Amino acid sequence: MITLQEIKKSFLVSLWFMFLTFPIMVIKVNTIEQTIEWRWWWMAAVGLGAFVLSFFWRIAIARKEAGKKKAEVSGEEKIALIPRLMSNPRFYIPGLVATVALVVIFPFVFSMYQTNILITALIYVVVGLGLNIVVGLAGLLDLGYVAFYAVGAYSYALLNYHFGVTFWMALPIGALLAFLFGIMLGFPVLRLRGDYLAIVTLGFGEIIRLVLENWNAFSFGPSGIANIPKPGLFGLKLSLQQSSIFIYFVMIGLALMTIFVVRRLQDSRIGRAWIALREDEVACQAMGIDKTRTKLSAFAMGATWAGMGGVVFAAKTTFINPTSFTIWESVIILCVVVLGGMGSILGVIIGALVLILLPEYLRAFSEYRMLVFGALLVMMMVFRPGGIVSGVRRIYKFEGLQNKVDS
Amino acid sequence: MDYFLELFLGGLTRGSIYALIALGYTMVYGIIELINFAHGEIYMIGAFTGLIVISVLTMLGWNSIAIIVLAALIAMLYSAAYGFTIEKIAYKPLRGSQRLSALISAIGMSLFLQNYVLLAQTSNFLPYPNLVPTWDFLQPYEHIVRSTEMVIYIATALVMVLLTYLIKFTRMGKAMRAVAQDRDMSMLVGVDVNRVISFTFIIGSSIAALGGVLVASHIGQVNFYVGFIVGIKAFVAAVLGGIGSMPGAVLGSLVLGWTESFFTGYISSDYEDVFAFLFLVLILIFRPAGLLGRSDTDKV
Amino acid sequence: MKKRFGRYFVLIALVTLTGMVLFACGQQQEQPAEATKEAAPVEKAVEPIKLGVAGAHSGDLASYGIPTVRAAELIVKKRNAMTGICGRQIELLVEDDVCKPEVATNTATKLVTDGANVVVGHICSGATKAALGIYKESGVIAMSPSATNPALTQSGDYPNFYRTIASDDAQARLEVDFALDVLKLKKIAVLHDKGDYGKGLAEFAKGFLEGDSRAEVVLYEGITPGAVDYSAVVQKIKQSEAEAVIFGGYHPEASKLVQQMRNKAMDTVFISDDGVKDDTFIKVAGEFAEGVYATGPVDTSSNPIAVDAVELHKKEYGEEPGAFFLNAYAATLALLNAIEKSGSTDYDVLTKTLQSEWVATPLGIIKFDEKGDAIGVGFAVYQVQNGQYVTVEF
Repeated sequence: MITLQEIKKSFLVSLWFMFLTFPIMVIKVNTIEQTIEWRWWWMAAVGLGAFVLSFFWRIAIARKEAGKKKAEVSGEEKIALIPRLMSNPRFYIPGLVATVALVVIFPFVFSMYQTNILITALIYVVVGLGLNIVVGLAGLLDLGYVAFYAVGAYSYALLNYHFGVTFWMALPIGALLAFLFGIMLGFPVLRLRGDYLAIVTLGFGEIIRLVLENWNAFSFGPSGIANIPKPGLFGLKLSLQQSSIFIYFVMIGLALMTIFVVRRLQDSRIGRAWIALREDEVACQAMGIDKTRTKLSAFAMGATWAGMGGVVFAAKTTFINPTSFTIWESVIILCVVVLGGMGSILGVIIGALVLILLPEYLRAFSEYRMLVFGALLVMMMVFRPGGIVSGVRRIYKFEGLQNKVDS
Repeated sequence: MDYFLELFLGGLTRGSIYALIALGYTMVYGIIELINFAHGEIYMIGAFTGLIVISVLTMLGWNSIAIIVLAALIAMLYSAAYGFTIEKIAYKPLRGSQRLSALISAIGMSLFLQNYVLLAQTSNFLPYPNLVPTWDFLQPYEHIVRSTEMVIYIATALVMVLLTYLIKFTRMGKAMRAVAQDRDMSMLVGVDVNRVISFTFIIGSSIAALGGVLVASHIGQVNFYVGFIVGIKAFVAAVLGGIGSMPGAVLGSLVLGWTESFFTGYISSDYEDVFAFLFLVLILIFRPAGLLGRSDTDKV
Repeated sequence: MKKRFGRYFVLIALVTLTGMVLFACGQQQEQPAEATKEAAPVEKAVEPIKLGVAGAHSGDLASYGIPTVRAAELIVKKRNAMTGICGRQIELLVEDDVCKPEVATNTATKLVTDGANVVVGHICSGATKAALGIYKESGVIAMSPSATNPALTQSGDYPNFYRTIASDDAQARLEVDFALDVLKLKKIAVLHDKGDYGKGLAEFAKGFLEGDSRAEVVLYEGITPGAVDYSAVVQKIKQSEAEAVIFGGYHPEASKLVQQMRNKAMDTVFISDDGVKDDTFIKVAGEFAEGVYATGPVDTSSNPIAVDAVELHKKEYGEEPGAFFLNAYAATLALLNAIEKSGSTDYDVLTKTLQSEWVATPLGIIKFDEKGDAIGVGFAVYQVQNGQYVTVEF
């Protein structure tokens, strides 16, 4: 199975990597002490590792290519395993029951830590679904999405601080404010497309963060706002554990609502307009769709969910400052959408769970955590470029006419 | 007037630094329409490689001009090798899939490289020796412009001229333009697309490495995270100038540098970045394809 | 079936990759671990004391969090090689919070769930505030080597919090007093790096200066951290004719600022904080560091514990310790000492012990007041003279 040719190739790859990693891995300089440490055994490790990995890499790439070819030849779109199972009621119903059962008992069975990270993941599910409207459905690349998240979080924190507004009141207010911000930011960028849009949204995201950082009188600057109350349950005093469980169920409810609304939106008139806009802007306009309204509504709808997510975020963390709203956060939310599978609700859910839970579980690797995370991101994209669950395009068949012509 | 001149030169320094990185961004974008997030990391690796070479050679007792030249060359070589390898691993298998997948892959690569340097070297800031010689003829103007800054200006100008020549007048440059315009069509007429893309990464990365060595010498320190912020700024500059256009990248970088410098000088550096981004938004609203970008009209 | 097979390959490849990385980089650390095992008698019967260490171990602020991990590692290794504490071994739980509040809450719950008895951390004030509520509920004491926000101790919201660093207002007070009383400066520029540490300090410095008629604040600005060039700000300082700059922030920005100021032939006095009173600053800024003032804990170079700790770090990791290393060393010692003295990890007992028992640390012999600030950590002003921080008497 392994030919001489392949061994030779792998050998060359391993040589190349040994060369490549030579200065950074082998030589450790200390310009403070003026000493140099040579770590030759690392080079050997890199060589060996690259040699072995190159075999797997080659096989994996070959399989991926073969899969692609087959799909091209047969001409039908391959439907991934999960949606296929989903469409089969024999798996769908027990699967759904099992999921519901797991979701309900989860916080009582697993530790508080597990519940807590799942809450974070659920916040990202909601926010990710919101961004999915903008990026996945309407095809507008938004790199400053975290701005709306910040609007939500700060509106709860500040309203609570100044006027004692409760969580339940802040939730719709945060959503509304984010909605307004979505429209406000949406207006100037209507003309832009593609990556110009991306960079302008990135700019807006940074502007909001920098203003929060600098305008002490308004936002308390980088020292942030502390002691934000957790959501209350009819005035009951909840312990830490209880309030985690409570937030968990609040988040489950919010996520379900989001899923419901996004699903309905997708199939609505405006949802189809978004998809049309994504596929071809010019053709879409020619069909009589109001581009301005469609784009703005995508921005505003997306922002609304981010606002709600932000309110819960503030309540969960009990402390917020601008460091939580950097461009890096926008990037992670974008990763959730793309990694899961753009335009697919299930994809976004899985993407959020994977991307948020993965770094937490990678804590076992301690300092190698982010290294492994980066490598996994690359691998997942290389081997599943469409995301974990690729959005299945709905096929509409018009059979009536065909029959008529035939007969 | 002196104040103005000094702010102008400060902006020029910043702008030239952005330009050295923005050029790589814009080249890669022009060819494969990818926002190469890992480009900032290539710059950082260039600076680190340079530092390693400098330290080794200093201990061997070489002369400082020889060291800085050799360090820059080796840094460029290595960064080019990194750029080449990254393209092969993280971007090439994604060609033909949706564009955002490659973007995520680039983000993953950026994280990986950052932590790779963090683990293999150190998390601390390391001092970076400034080996650019001080020139006698600049002595009277020392307080206004220093030799390191001068070298950065010259390097940027030189790189831009060379790149323009490369793109406009060489065979490879022609191939690059062809691939940028229409990849499938250029494949049909016999352009080796893989080679062109690899070449683009190699050139872009080595320019970033040159920038890395010069900038680190200028600010006197390096650490595994220096690439990220500069990378974002350079990307903004590339877009400002019209992404995909070489003179645009340089112009955009200079405009950004001056904007920041003058805003800091005359108003406040608190909102320096806010203003830089607002300026970007304004320019893009009035010129949606950047300062020098071509705005294509869509055909259906 | 075939498809599954492909997936397995990916999995195997991933495992091999991570394995390779771990193998490549892990060796250095394996050896000491083995050494400890051999040295310490096996005492599995007693439950180990779990010492949590939380802070930024990746991302942009990693260079301020990693020294704390190392300080804890060094102490724990040393203690475990002896008999641990009361015959109990010490187990380290190191968790990353990237200096972000939302990650810090997860980090804190993880530590609490894993049964941490006490926690050294967190590094940034924001992350610390977010995490403290969780520790409080769970009766865990946290001691930070570097969180300087005054509210942490002064607001009374965080009774379980202690720190081995001065709060922002105390340091700012010292800096301002020094600038006014000793240097007799009239025009002062206050700069900061827009972070919670730097800006917090600068706000106080500005407030104190404005409340004093002897000097005026001629410039108050935040600089952008990580920028490649600060010449515009430097020009502005020059234009403002400030005699001195009080800078709140960390050493990378400080060294860039000082270097550019000196390059422009400005001899403006530069006064800064604990984040700058770090030998890395002198090494990075080199000749430009000469004459810079910084506040920090009283002279540590003559303290035998501090000297010992730095030596140990150099031996173990082959480089100079990074920022807040000694503060973290002191925090770990103080916590372990309290556990040892009281023979308990109970919250109330520990609180009492921390507030009553003096402990010898690299920062001096200290205990804590009921708010959580350290007593006995004297603060002093230093000046860089001939490449070394020298205490300035006043």
